[in-house]
Amino acid sequence: MNALLQYAVQGLAAGSFYALAALGLAIIFGVLGVVNFAHGAFYMLGAVTAAVLLDTLNLTLWWSLLVVPVLMFAFGVVVERLFVQWLLRLDPLYNFLLTFGLTLVLVELVKQKYGVSGLPYTPPEALQGRVELAGVVLPRYQLFVFLFSVAICVLVWLVMTRTRVGMIVRASTEKPELARALGINVGRWVTPVFGFGVAIAGLAGVLSAPFRAITADMGNNFAIILFAVVVIGGLGSIVGAVVAGFLVGLVEAFGQAYAPTFAQVLIFVLMALVILVRPAGLFGRKEATA
Amino acid sequence: MNSRQIRAGAVAMTGVLLLGACGGGGPGGSGGDFTDGKLVLAILNDQSGIYKDASGPNSVKAVKMAVADYQKKYGDRAVVDDIEVTSTDHQNKPDIANTKAKELYERGGADVILDVPTSSAALAVANQAKSHKKLFLDVSAATTALTGAQCNKYTFQWAYNTYMLANGTGTTVTQNGDKNWHIIYPDYQFGQDMTKSFTEAIKGAGGTVQGTIPTPFPNDNFATFLTKAGSTNPDVIGTMQAGGDLINVVKQFNESGLKDKGINLAVGLMLITDIHSLGVEQFAGTMFTDAWYWNMDAESRAWADRFRDETGARPTFEHAGNYSAALQYLEAVQEAGTDDADAVVGKLEGKKINDMFLRNGEVRAKDHLVVHDAYLARVKKPSEVKEPWDYEEIVTTIPASKAFPPAEASTCSR
Repeated sequence: MNALLQYAVQGLAAGSFYALAALGLAIIFGVLGVVNFAHGAFYMLGAVTAAVLLDTLNLTLWWSLLVVPVLMFAFGVVVERLFVQWLLRLDPLYNFLLTFGLTLVLVELVKQKYGVSGLPYTPPEALQGRVELAGVVLPRYQLFVFLFSVAICVLVWLVMTRTRVGMIVRASTEKPELARALGINVGRWVTPVFGFGVAIAGLAGVLSAPFRAITADMGNNFAIILFAVVVIGGLGSIVGAVVAGFLVGLVEAFGQAYAPTFAQVLIFVLMALVILVRPAGLFGRKEATA
Repeated sequence: MNSRQIRAGAVAMTGVLLLGACGGGGPGGSGGDFTDGKLVLAILNDQSGIYKDASGPNSVKAVKMAVADYQKKYGDRAVVDDIEVTSTDHQNKPDIANTKAKELYERGGADVILDVPTSSAALAVANQAKSHKKLFLDVSAATTALTGAQCNKYTFQWAYNTYMLANGTGTTVTQNGDKNWHIIYPDYQFGQDMTKSFTEAIKGAGGTVQGTIPTPFPNDNFATFLTKAGSTNPDVIGTMQAGGDLINVVKQFNESGLKDKGINLAVGLMLITDIHSLGVEQFAGTMFTDAWYWNMDAESRAWADRFRDETGARPTFEHAGNYSAALQYLEAVQEAGTDDADAVVGKLEGKKINDMFLRNGEVRAKDHLVVHDAYLARVKKPSEVKEPWDYEEIVTTIPASKAFPPAEASTCSR
């Protein structure tokens, strides 16, 4: 029981990274129709930026959680204005080429500047050590990552369902033609939505900094699993992305515990099963509500 | 043009080609002893991926330093003047390494290939060396197969192997009281080799391995693997991960609280660049085996200072190993007076060497494993660090005879 709870928390912590990053991916896909293959690179940039801010300006994790998403938002806006906007009218294949190419460029630039061994990162004192909950010893940082990302997901959900902005974004995601017919300027929301998606990926990167190796390649493997998450959740479904994110985290943790050799394979087995049974994903298009 | 004219033309052309081939011999040499009139040292390694910092472009600089030292030492007496150093990226992929090695030997004029990290890639290159009858001095790959089951006349292993790592760390840590081990390893050639070598060393020292866990490679989440390994309450968890994966393991181990339960972490392969990138506080107290340390004595330090002036960083043992391999190759060429591979192999075999990198070194004739002193190191505490890259304290020197497997145990037969 004790061990099960521990694995569950580890799974949810690992799932937090997937959930946050997949959330950004889903929103971008929903509004722009762009499958953003550069999402892993944006996640990596978030972590690298946090490490650089700590090293040069001595900005701790708390500050990075605020500052890095803002920087990444700005970066996302620049990328959208410079590149992505020109491709919206073209075949999706061009989006793939662009965002994949962008990944290669960003990864190589970081390698040139910071090498491949990775950057050091020290988390704040308050997040080090462990707490005991119901007889189970849990690392503080894992709990923090889980609670923090749940909070962000809830916040995004509230914005999506309770505010005018959220309604416009949802309308643009689900029925762009109808939204346009009702006089909503869908195009105006494209740039900030892309920026927001990038900012959340960056935020997931910041959260990973104390916990994982900060290297130029850290986003590569992550991005592959991320796409499994999005497919499981249903492309473009925001709730689906988050639920699938945590689900995949749990599958990974229990896989590591009981079938280590298959830990990563299990995720893709799950993906294959979902595609077989529900081709649109657990919360795919038709069922998408939020 | 009739056939006679063609034949005459062909003869003339061949003559020109032959002249060209012989005419380029260096003034110090007796013309014709060097193919193309020059010596080509080809570094084949990871120029862009995970092992770039550990070896990569800085190994090329280290080899160039060796060439400069050779030229300075022999001046006009050098048997060859024209020495070329080239570098090629194998991206840690055995298929690319295989093709590149073939190209280097056949068309790049390579007399020797150096470095080649990643065991599977190194084995592919060894095969090419064998079929082209050209030298291959491996520095950065760890598999014992290079000088064991898959050894050949033209392949040498210069710096270390999994036996050295396992014997140093596995034996010493077990003898120091951490008898029960749980091992996690990346599920590919290197990880499997390491786990095998460690298990033998641990058992030999009277310890037990309670379990082994294969993990995906590469991987960024080890939390549950570590919890699982810790659940059997071992004295020590041995990690065979390298590079970025190792950093993931160490970060997540520190966070897991296993240390508070009295479980230690022993690292299979660690390079100083790993400590540098993660910071000493994360690694403090960790024991591991090193083939060389830049600040272990005045001679090493002097070379490390030159290296720093060239590169801005302190060298890993792989950088130093590449320098040593290149320098000793050039010495052997000087002695042989030719770049003929068989003659150079003859000069290297059985040679006893003491240089900046090799201490009490010997190029073992039987299997071409270069044995030398190895070192059990401990990562310093942040408070003990006096200068940049001052990360290691050498705890024990493991004499060459104990650091590597005995020649009698070698499975090499050529």
